[in-house]
Amino acid sequence: MSLHIIKYPDERLKQISLPVENFDTELQDFVAELEKTMRSGPGGVGIAASQTGYFQRIVIVDVSGMRKLPANSSNHGCMVLINPEITEWDGMAMGREGCMSVPDFTGNVIRAETISFTAFDVFGKQHEFSSAGYEARAVQHEVDHLDGMLFLDRLVSRRTDLFKRKIYKQIKESPLPGSGEGQGEG
Amino acid sequence: MNTHWYMITLVGKDRPGIVAHVTHALYEGGCHLGEASMVRLGTSFTIMLMVQYAGTANALQKVLQGEAESLDLRLHVDPVEGGLHHHHQPDVRISIYGADRPGIVAHATGALTEAGLDILDLTSDVGGTEDAPIYIMHIEGRANEGTIALQSALDIIKKEGVETQLTPVDTLVG
Repeated sequence: MSLHIIKYPDERLKQISLPVENFDTELQDFVAELEKTMRSGPGGVGIAASQTGYFQRIVIVDVSGMRKLPANSSNHGCMVLINPEITEWDGMAMGREGCMSVPDFTGNVIRAETISFTAFDVFGKQHEFSSAGYEARAVQHEVDHLDGMLFLDRLVSRRTDLFKRKIYKQIKESPLPGSGEGQGEG
Repeated sequence: MNTHWYMITLVGKDRPGIVAHVTHALYEGGCHLGEASMVRLGTSFTIMLMVQYAGTANALQKVLQGEAESLDLRLHVDPVEGGLHHHHQPDVRISIYGADRPGIVAHATGALTEAGLDILDLTSDVGGTEDAPIYIMHIEGRANEGTIALQSALDIIKKEGVETQLTPVDTLVG
């Protein structure tokens, strides 16, 4: 049986999860249940433990089942990421996101195009990963859950596209004085 | 209590405070708001707003009449079905821009509709200068006959001197 998915506005979704300390059979059993829950929803490519009311830093990402995975996306298969830490971000891309915890709404979110990150497996061994494109987006979305962040916290306007995307790149490469999150010209 | 959904349309010269005044009047009048599009177009401010209300369209019109008159807004009220919680998700985003001239939207959307596009959201802006305006249009929709058909339509539209970009929308569910 799948675990129950907490849905916004349940305030527990804003809770920060704690690091996993015990890599035992209880953890392995929970991860198996969590994966089953992720696969029970239509189109789900990731899940965070906090979405089920279990506030430990555990996420699963698996984009391998996508019918048409975008060409720029990496594909590591099923990744169980325990205590994940994103260490490097590069590039910016806007993409559409939804969430099992936020039914019937999708919105545009800007994420890093490529990321590097570390995570432990269920046996407590640390690994290093690099992800790009859709898979990188999924990892960022799930890691956000562990910090009490939803994609709703990162929505950008429907009018943010074409030209502003170029501006975001420019900000990153050569920050515009006082540009912040406002508009830049150039 | 039996309630109905209405679509309220308000249009008038833009000024600060329109949204606050209108929504306050609706709240005081016992309305519950649904989805909305409120945007400045040119020098006008436009509101399309779903409102749930227990009374008739005429009664709802009266709830807003005073505020609309004081803000010099034209007001229109239509009964609608409602239908929240049934969003259609887009699977394609199309941007079209070029030197402004009559017919860009008609030609582009005509060709795209023929190619199976169901438009869910369209926004457009006129930028550039008064002497050399540019037209910029963003569409989100569903490609009912696939993106290849839409790209073929865009290739034809391009010959009319506009730039086009089609981006598949792969919605992530996490």
